[in-house]
Amino acid sequence: MENLLRVNRLSTHFHTDEGTVKAVDDISFRVGKGETVCIVGESGCGKSITAMSIMGLIQAQGASGVTGGTIEFGGEDLLKLGKNELRTLRGSEISMIFQEPMSSLNPVMTIGEQLTEPLRIHRKLNRKAAAKRAVELIAQVGISRPEQIMDSYPHELSGGMLQRIMIAIAISCGPKLLIADEPTTALDVTIQAQILDMLRRFKDESEMSIMLITHDLGVVAEMADYVIVMYAGKIVEEGEVEVLFDDPKHPYTRGLLRSKPVLGQLQDELYSIPGQVPDPLELTESCYFHDRCEFCMDICRVKGPPLRGVGERQKTACWLYEEANVHA
Amino acid sequence: MSSVSGAAAPGRGAKTAVKSSMWRQSVRLLLKNKLAIAGLVIVVLMFLACFIGPMFSPYADNKTNMRIMNRAPNLQHWLGTDKLGRDVLTRVLLAGRISLTVGLASMVLSVTLGTLLGALSGFFRGVVDQVIMRVADLLLTIPSLPLLFIFGALLSDWKVPPENRMYIVMLILSLVNWPSMARMIRGQMLSLREREFMQATTVLGLNNKRKLFHHLLPNLIPLIIVIATLNIGGAILSESVLSFFGLGVTAPTPTWGNMIDAANNLIDFQERPWLWMPPGLSIFITVIAINIFGDGLRDVLDPKQKR
Repeated sequence: MENLLRVNRLSTHFHTDEGTVKAVDDISFRVGKGETVCIVGESGCGKSITAMSIMGLIQAQGASGVTGGTIEFGGEDLLKLGKNELRTLRGSEISMIFQEPMSSLNPVMTIGEQLTEPLRIHRKLNRKAAAKRAVELIAQVGISRPEQIMDSYPHELSGGMLQRIMIAIAISCGPKLLIADEPTTALDVTIQAQILDMLRRFKDESEMSIMLITHDLGVVAEMADYVIVMYAGKIVEEGEVEVLFDDPKHPYTRGLLRSKPVLGQLQDELYSIPGQVPDPLELTESCYFHDRCEFCMDICRVKGPPLRGVGERQKTACWLYEEANVHA
Repeated sequence: MSSVSGAAAPGRGAKTAVKSSMWRQSVRLLLKNKLAIAGLVIVVLMFLACFIGPMFSPYADNKTNMRIMNRAPNLQHWLGTDKLGRDVLTRVLLAGRISLTVGLASMVLSVTLGTLLGALSGFFRGVVDQVIMRVADLLLTIPSLPLLFIFGALLSDWKVPPENRMYIVMLILSLVNWPSMARMIRGQMLSLREREFMQATTVLGLNNKRKLFHHLLPNLIPLIIVIATLNIGGAILSESVLSFFGLGVTAPTPTWGNMIDAANNLIDFQERPWLWMPPGLSIFITVIAINIFGDGLRDVLDPKQKR
């Protein structure tokens, strides 16, 4: 599949008084045209920072910020683009949906004003044409009485409706890549399914690629073509969705999958991975997962494993398989 | 895809009500506050009296008349006459024109200046912020009264013609008032610009101008309205102070401040209260009324600042 986005050795570090936080540490991945890539992981493992780095939302301050790597989008390195070039790209070629629909819309502007804005800026539509298109978009995301919604303010709509509006705004200019940062986390389950359904429909209709960030494996199973598992700023495992769900290699991925409740299966206690995500300031030269891992070996404590291919369609960063390879 | 029926969307007829709901609600709340409305009524009456009143006065030409100097209130001159035989009531109203105009105009100037500079400084931060805020700090470190005196003294020194002094006084007052406004706006701006919807505008590729004027400033309008209202009272008071000390608008143009100044001697004070009571009361009532109204407005528009 043709590459749309290629992230190569991206690092985003923050320098604080207590030390350097490697929020995203040397990660590489690609998103193909029309592909849905899910990034999963616990809170605080760098998923959102990855997305923000791609969108250029991390402001460099001193030595903090995106410290290395390239982000190629359609052949251009986003990190090298000027402010204006980046601005014309944002909202038209790449767009983003946030987790909290309630706070992502300006409270003093009507839905119509906010929805027509990108259309007028990027598509250069006049007021009337933009309004017409906006009404169509609202109808497309499944909200009835679109004309009336145009004149409403965000506080007059429910969270689910607002997230639909956010999606309408995000897809208004026909982006090639949609970054969705936990788009359904703040919504209840029925709305969640509708939103995901809608995203998938738009993807199929317009050949849009989606980079979906989530901690919900149910969402992953439903949406993803390709899955990336992140832990403490690094990719620990990645692979095509069927392979990864069928045969997770990394103990962390296994743990994540095990800690998901299964319908119809009575469990006394839901599995949870012991321990917590390590303090990003106290990371040492080791596998970052070693103190929570049930298969921890000596090497895990002193050296971090590289991300290596395991089989055709999967990669993992774990010494367990490294050894297997050596012995084989 | 099922369609969501508008949970919060009222019927079609209510369309315009939806659009202006915030303002309507504010007006309704304000109407409930009797004190604030009383303030507003007084201010409006004062404006009407000052701007229309003199048209019906036979003494509006401000001519001196030596035969009727210092008369106590009587049927021809309801508030008496001053030492040059001019009708005090007419002069109080004419003075009100100047005082209210100066108050209003300098408010508009200082609010515009303060909002613009505060917004720029909070939005761009960095060097812009440093420059603007250090200038503001400089102006704020000097207490405003001495600062006004310095400017007023310069004004007298440069021999500005009396008919132009009014405009210069407006400028001076706004120059002294903008820093506090700018600080307030900057603070709000700093917090607003970090909100998630502003990140969303970046992601949508909006430029700075649009972000600033279409997204951020509208969020501050309630605050600006409140401060602006309260500022008028302050500006009227400052203008009166300046004129009282002979540093603001000077005779023959009457203002409330210089009318009191003209009566600032023992004889007038003890024997002729009609000379200083009317302008004094006018200042008092106008400023109090504006402040009461402003307080009411704040309760409605900016509940966070409620004391």
